[in-house]
Amino acid sequence: MPVPRCSGPCGGARPAALRRPRTGGAVCRTCFCSAFEAEVLSTLQTGRLLPPGAVVAVGASGGKDSTVLAHVLQVLDARHALGLDLRLVAVDEGIGGYRDAALAAVRRQAARWQLPLTVVAYAELFGGWTMDEVARRAAQEPGRARACCTFCGVLRRRALEEGAQRVGATHIVTGHNADDMAETVLMNFLRGDAGRLARGGTLGSPGEGGALPRCRPLQFASQKEIVLYAHFQELDYFSEECVYAPEAFRGHVRDLLKALEAARPSVVLDLVHSAERLALAPAARPPPPGACIRCGALASRSLCQACALLDGLNRGRPRLAIGKGRKGLGEEGEREGCTSKTRGRPTLAGAIQAF
Amino acid sequence: MCQVGEDYGGPGPAELQPKLPWRGCEQKCMKCKEGLPVLIIRAGDAFCKDCFKAYYIHKFRAMLGKNRLIFPGEKVLLAWSGGPSSSSMIWQVQEGLSRESAKRLRFVPGVIYVDEGAVCGQSLEERAKTVAEMKLILQTVGFPYHIVSLEEVFNLPASVLQPVSQGPQGPENTYKEAVDGFIQQQQRLPEEGGQEAALSDELRRLSTRDPVGPEEAAGDSLPRPAQSTALTTLFSSVKTLTAKEELLQTLRAHLILHTARLHGYSKVMLGDSCTRLAIKLMTNLALGRGAFLAWDTGFSDDRHGDVVLLRPMRDYTLKEIAFYNRMFGVPSVFTPAIDTKAPEKASIHRLMESFILRLQAQFPSTISTVYRTSEKLVKAPRNGGAAGPVPTRCLLCMCTLDIDSADSATAFGAQTLEHLSQKPTPPPGAPGRPCCTRGTELPRACCRGPQPASQREEPRASFIEQLCYSCRVNMKDVPFLEPLPPYILTEAQCRRQRAWVKQEIQEFLFEESEGEDPDGN
Ligand SMILES: [Zn+2]
Ligand SMILES: [Zn+2]
Ligand SMILES: [Zn+2]
Ligand SMILES: [Zn+2]
Repeated sequence: MPVPRCSGPCGGARPAALRRPRTGGAVCRTCFCSAFEAEVLSTLQTGRLLPPGAVVAVGASGGKDSTVLAHVLQVLDARHALGLDLRLVAVDEGIGGYRDAALAAVRRQAARWQLPLTVVAYAELFGGWTMDEVARRAAQEPGRARACCTFCGVLRRRALEEGAQRVGATHIVTGHNADDMAETVLMNFLRGDAGRLARGGTLGSPGEGGALPRCRPLQFASQKEIVLYAHFQELDYFSEECVYAPEAFRGHVRDLLKALEAARPSVVLDLVHSAERLALAPAARPPPPGACIRCGALASRSLCQACALLDGLNRGRPRLAIGKGRKGLGEEGEREGCTSKTRGRPTLAGAIQAF
Repeated sequence: MCQVGEDYGGPGPAELQPKLPWRGCEQKCMKCKEGLPVLIIRAGDAFCKDCFKAYYIHKFRAMLGKNRLIFPGEKVLLAWSGGPSSSSMIWQVQEGLSRESAKRLRFVPGVIYVDEGAVCGQSLEERAKTVAEMKLILQTVGFPYHIVSLEEVFNLPASVLQPVSQGPQGPENTYKEAVDGFIQQQQRLPEEGGQEAALSDELRRLSTRDPVGPEEAAGDSLPRPAQSTALTTLFSSVKTLTAKEELLQTLRAHLILHTARLHGYSKVMLGDSCTRLAIKLMTNLALGRGAFLAWDTGFSDDRHGDVVLLRPMRDYTLKEIAFYNRMFGVPSVFTPAIDTKAPEKASIHRLMESFILRLQAQFPSTISTVYRTSEKLVKAPRNGGAAGPVPTRCLLCMCTLDIDSADSATAFGAQTLEHLSQKPTPPPGAPGRPCCTRGTELPRACCRGPQPASQREEPRASFIEQLCYSCRVNMKDVPFLEPLPPYILTEAQCRRQRAWVKQEIQEFLFEESEGEDPDGN
């Protein structure tokens, strides 16, 4: 098959290098990359996500999404004088054999782009708990056998907030892409999670109660295009899957999404559009969150998700750290512990977000 | 109320066998504590035949009673596909109308069957056989009926696509007024015993029946071959099964709406079951219809204004329906669907259906969870609505356009669709000058032939602009506008003309935003 000419803005000056998954159009490398960058810029601008002068903590995992995110932000900042002050924040979950390689990739990136890097570790933040120990502990309690990824998601969110506060950030950006969004809206319907559906679909959270505003500049970029962009920019990233397999349910949904995409290539974006446009009854929206009685973070129950999780893990063990209260999961009401903030700062991240 | 424990696996022959109680003969009906249980609705609930019937009938009445949208004496069109769910719906209406007066349903029913055989792989003989079978059942039912072939879309007027707004009165009041009026009307009848009153009422009801209309006559003779060919050409030009299915649903909806308006029906009842609606919800989510889910799957759908669609079967699972139909001899007719012969992976619809049914087999609360979540959706535009005087509606699905420039997914989606990301995009709401200037002349009449690409693309671009997000995505798989039925092209042309004229005179007008705002805000 002869290589077609690029149908992009270069007007066929160059031969096409790829068929763009999003449009199906044959484009050259340069036109693809500039279109990809223009789309991220448009996401930033239409959502007014990062004002000039923002100190931006980029959640860096070493994987393709956050690698592309950091690279694109740096390119756009230089090209369009966005006035961003970028800092990488990496979270060390304490997953043996996986984390070291991932962190090494983040270090190489920081060096290449000359961006400051801060690493925060679960073990340090959560009273000695590493993800490996959390997983071991969860396996011992079949009754509470939730997937490790769920635990890890809660803790990572919290750790990133902590890291961002330490580097003096005003904003947090994460590498969540359109596929993540699409997967999440499907999952929320299948699980009947109206509260998350009501909150989802926005570009991020505004940052309530002292938590930093968060946004997802790659929300409209599909996984395939992110991989292609990383390939053309010769970005060095860590591509191994986490040793902890995703929850079975999410696995089903992921497979479904792949099959749907084969039948209709735009389905990921179509799901993101749907998520943006859902209208839920006011009653379906969760009550305004209060503060965690232990750490002061936003919480829809007496304990925030992270504290509740650690509380469950610590039960029946010598208390390791993080606060004094002793409340079970889901106990509403008593807020006498509100003032006992174990950390100097007022609050941490919102408890339950879409991610 | 679809509860846990439904092990729905498609109403195959084995599935239809009522299961006998598993704990032996001493088990009794959980309702009357006497009858012999014949089936288990959900985990632990064993019903005898009589109690199941009472439960089934109550559900139907409760759904109508709770929503109170049908006025006494109102004409209601029942959309019948021949399948189990809509068949059961017709039988429920018949049952409700034949009750003693206090509990009797008081509306005036009619039935519509749309013969889609031309696009579902049926030969003319097969179609004739199906229609004959349908007629036999409809004659037993005794309601006036309309058998319409899908080919009729080529005769529809463009007015089908123009929403008719309803008066601003609140539904609660109107319903009460209607009931009072109905009761007074009954009291004015000459004093007669209960028996005779019912009889005369029955006569009155009969007298409102339509004489056999032109559709029925047309239904007898086969559809004109030219229209069958045009229909086949249209559907074979559509590139994916997903878009074919959506196009079929759109055309069917327009035909039903037109028939309802023509014969004065102000409500249309659709037979969607809880199982079907859960699948539809997830499918439409994936098709980008997030903004419209409450209309697409809710009890009532008022997008057309004057004709309101209702879904009274939405509390029944397909399993309950299959049991009832078998137990009480409700006939249904199998007709092939557009995707009957297609592989599972061929369309979003098929993929989502098999995914949900598989998940349901593994997690028995899947369908009820999705259904309950759908109940929390509301019919509200994202920004509160009431901003523009007349919201712009999608040409095809007639929902309020869910496209605006502040919406990034939309912006990307729209650019993506027509490869506009590589060209300068005209600002939304600034339609290009129509190249067909001769009034309602179809675009193809003057836009064909050797013209610069940009000009040739124009009618298509302006057609796309009139669609919602999801219909835009579907149109990606419809490469040519020409094979579409004339009423769609004519209305698109009219809208384009109106938008262009408005833009032309805009600068001479004072700020008085009247009429529709092309931005939709
Ligand atoms: Zn190019
Ligand atoms: Zn806490
Ligand atoms: Zn009984
Ligand atoms: Zn539409």
